[in-house]
Amino acid sequence: MKLRIKYLKLGNLKFIGHLDVMRYFQKTIRRAGLKVSYSKGYSPHQIISFAAPLAMCITSDGEYFDGEFDEISTSTEMTEALNTFGVPELHVSECVLLPDDAKNAMSVVAASDYRICFYALSEDKSDQAQHILDKLKAFYEQEEIIITKKTKKSEKEENIKPGILDIEIRDNSIYMMLSTGSSYNLKPELVMEALYQYAGIPYNFFDFHIHRIETYMEDENGGLMPLYKAGRNFG
Amino acid sequence: MRKLALSDEILMSVEKPARYIGGEYNSIMKKKEEIAVRFCMCFPDVYEIGMSHLGIQILYDMFNRREDTWCERVYSPWPDLDTIMREKNIPLFALESQEPVKDFDFLGITLQYEMCYTNILQVLDLAHIPMKSEERKKGEPIVIGGGPCAYNPEPIADFFDIFYIGEGETVYAILLELYKEYKHSDMSRREFLIKASNIPGLYVPSLYDVCYNADGTIADFGPKYSDVPEKILKQTVVDMTSVSYPEKPIVPYMKVTQDRVVLEIMRGCIRGCRFCQAGMIYRPARPKDVSILKQYAENMLAASGQEEITFSSLSSSDYPSLPELTDCLIEKMNNEHVNISLPSLRIDAFSLDVMSKIQDIKKNSLTFAPEAGTQRLRNVINKGLTKENIMDGSLKAFLGGWNKVKLYFMMGLPTETYEDIEGIASLSEEITELYFANIPKEKRDGRVMVTASASYFVPKPFTPFQWAPMIEPSEFIKRAYYVKDKFREAKNHKSLKFQYHEADITILEGLLARGDRKLCDVIYDVYRSGQIYDAWTEYFHKENWENALKAHGIDIGFYTYRERSVDEKLPWDFIDIGVTKEFMKREWERAKSEQITPNCSQKCSGCGAAKFGGGVCFEAKN
Ligand code: SF4
Repeated sequence: MKLRIKYLKLGNLKFIGHLDVMRYFQKTIRRAGLKVSYSKGYSPHQIISFAAPLAMCITSDGEYFDGEFDEISTSTEMTEALNTFGVPELHVSECVLLPDDAKNAMSVVAASDYRICFYALSEDKSDQAQHILDKLKAFYEQEEIIITKKTKKSEKEENIKPGILDIEIRDNSIYMMLSTGSSYNLKPELVMEALYQYAGIPYNFFDFHIHRIETYMEDENGGLMPLYKAGRNFG
Repeated sequence: MRKLALSDEILMSVEKPARYIGGEYNSIMKKKEEIAVRFCMCFPDVYEIGMSHLGIQILYDMFNRREDTWCERVYSPWPDLDTIMREKNIPLFALESQEPVKDFDFLGITLQYEMCYTNILQVLDLAHIPMKSEERKKGEPIVIGGGPCAYNPEPIADFFDIFYIGEGETVYAILLELYKEYKHSDMSRREFLIKASNIPGLYVPSLYDVCYNADGTIADFGPKYSDVPEKILKQTVVDMTSVSYPEKPIVPYMKVTQDRVVLEIMRGCIRGCRFCQAGMIYRPARPKDVSILKQYAENMLAASGQEEITFSSLSSSDYPSLPELTDCLIEKMNNEHVNISLPSLRIDAFSLDVMSKIQDIKKNSLTFAPEAGTQRLRNVINKGLTKENIMDGSLKAFLGGWNKVKLYFMMGLPTETYEDIEGIASLSEEITELYFANIPKEKRDGRVMVTASASYFVPKPFTPFQWAPMIEPSEFIKRAYYVKDKFREAKNHKSLKFQYHEADITILEGLLARGDRKLCDVIYDVYRSGQIYDAWTEYFHKENWENALKAHGIDIGFYTYRERSVDEKLPWDFIDIGVTKEFMKREWERAKSEQITPNCSQKCSGCGAAKFGGGVCFEAKN
């Protein structure tokens, strides 16, 4: 049976990497006594796979992994077990049963929602933040948003506008929906860098905090739905 | 949420920020207002290494079982963070509370290898704690050292208030009670230290004086005051089964060196290899009860969620109930997907059978530690392994499907000749021959590979070789090349590989291992010249040591290349490890006359450790 598990990544654990999160859940599943399936052979491993990795220093309410299980109880019980034997910063919020033919979380990811809020560091910084917010509309209305990507060998210009599915301001924070996943992956910090450049302010990653709100996949009608909607709650 | 000591910006600018955030599963948080004693436990190396150390986990658990004590952890910041902390004047903090180490009552530093000595100074300095004991005042932490290197604490005597000699489980409770009295009264730091020096096993270096002969050897060593003891008795746990053990090990987020449950099955060793310090200082051998171990394994796997378990002991093959214990774990492996990683066992039918059940034999190699190339030299070092054992074990392994063999040797052993080291090559070659002679062509799966590696022998205190000379680095390299040539000339050279260790670091290890107090100033200067992380070749700079040694007029040969007379006063003579000096002398003589000494389960050799009243000394001999 294939389950999809949604979890949060909060607080100080924004400083642990993607591999660390994977190791954490492997161990938490064992502590919680859940009957995850194992591969065969010497040093068998759990059959679990994680969706779009989150960059360091970003928190999230919408992270996912899929796992194959030999036995399951109920959504509530399994969620509770993972939270009892886990840490609050990696709280599990959903546990749903996927149809047998479901594609794994990693391959279906299409988009993510982010919220970016500026830290209230100083008066200067607040003015700067306000200036950036003021520029957002014009920034997004540009025909193309060009950034230069530096690789080891060359510099490449790229239009990132098609990756920005939506962007707006609410409560002094920037909300953006970006393409995520294997077909086109746009990182929120790259959009911020372009925005700073547009506003004529030197870029500083530590002016603001990025939080991922949700991760999406395509639904049957070509729209977007949160990853957990692909499965069903089982009690 | 715990507030971190480092800003996001700093954490994002260093490699692996997870080293510094704490909060690991099973780490212990307490309310500091409700706590009488705050103890910070330090392993002076990087997090991944320090987190893998069993001793710290045992003490962390032991202290935190006390309601009045909160034990936290700290490790050496990696050089990238080290630089930032100095620039920004950020004091070193403990992982749990993220609060400065200088606000703690105790800073306990484990001393596992000599090449971490500059990191001790790094930790003290970054913590803003005066580096020298004499400069510390009441209100500043009591800096206490323990672990194997505490058996010769003299080269780092200036930096510690107290050394704990022996196993940590015995007298810490008494020390903490004394500390509470000191903290809440007008007792001075000196008075406290004098009282502490009267607790068995605790050595307070500032209360002792040393004077030297003209030739640099020790003329006299002793306490400055009449109420300070002359001898320090090593602390030994008599009943290993009832002593506490960390059943809820901390589970790090990041990958650490030892990413598994560690089950200590036995303390001490029956063997008596003459080069091995652990084999002497942890005498007598004390196995733990197998039913308790099964319970621990169960509890620790459940509480940590780890997928792998391993044993800790000096010689697992000598654990009396090994088959029963491995059977129990193999059952777990089959039912609960627990991997078992075995520390090197003596290769015999039993261990080959176990290994074939738990690992992919194609990927794994067999390990032998003959330590010396000829039987003559193996007799000198009292290594019981014979050529027949090795040949027999290898043959069984080859027939069982293995084709990789690793051999561990030492070079520079006392009495070693070129014939002995040539034995390294011929033994390796013979093993490959054995393969070709016994495994028919059609059954050969991949190439047979015998890898021999040679380390540079360092004589250690409290071993029968404590009087022995170390060879010079140039001679070590010469011998290494000699062996390398022999490997190249060998008929089956394509199946043979020879590796040898770094000599420049090892000679300093030799200096520090048997050094005296005169080296404190050297270590201090080396640290002052910017040297830390000596154990890491990429950070080790030989010149820093050469300069400091020169500045203090220290001749490295005096400490390393010189054979000591058995009548010479040794810097560590004030410690009583139970094993007597007479026994050591006897063993040194027997070594020179190439005589082996039976192990403790064959026959008691009256080493003196029976006075502790436990372990192998009191079990029926077969
Ligand atoms: S007293 Fe005898 S049995 Fe006990 S450790 Fe020493 S040699 Fe071994």
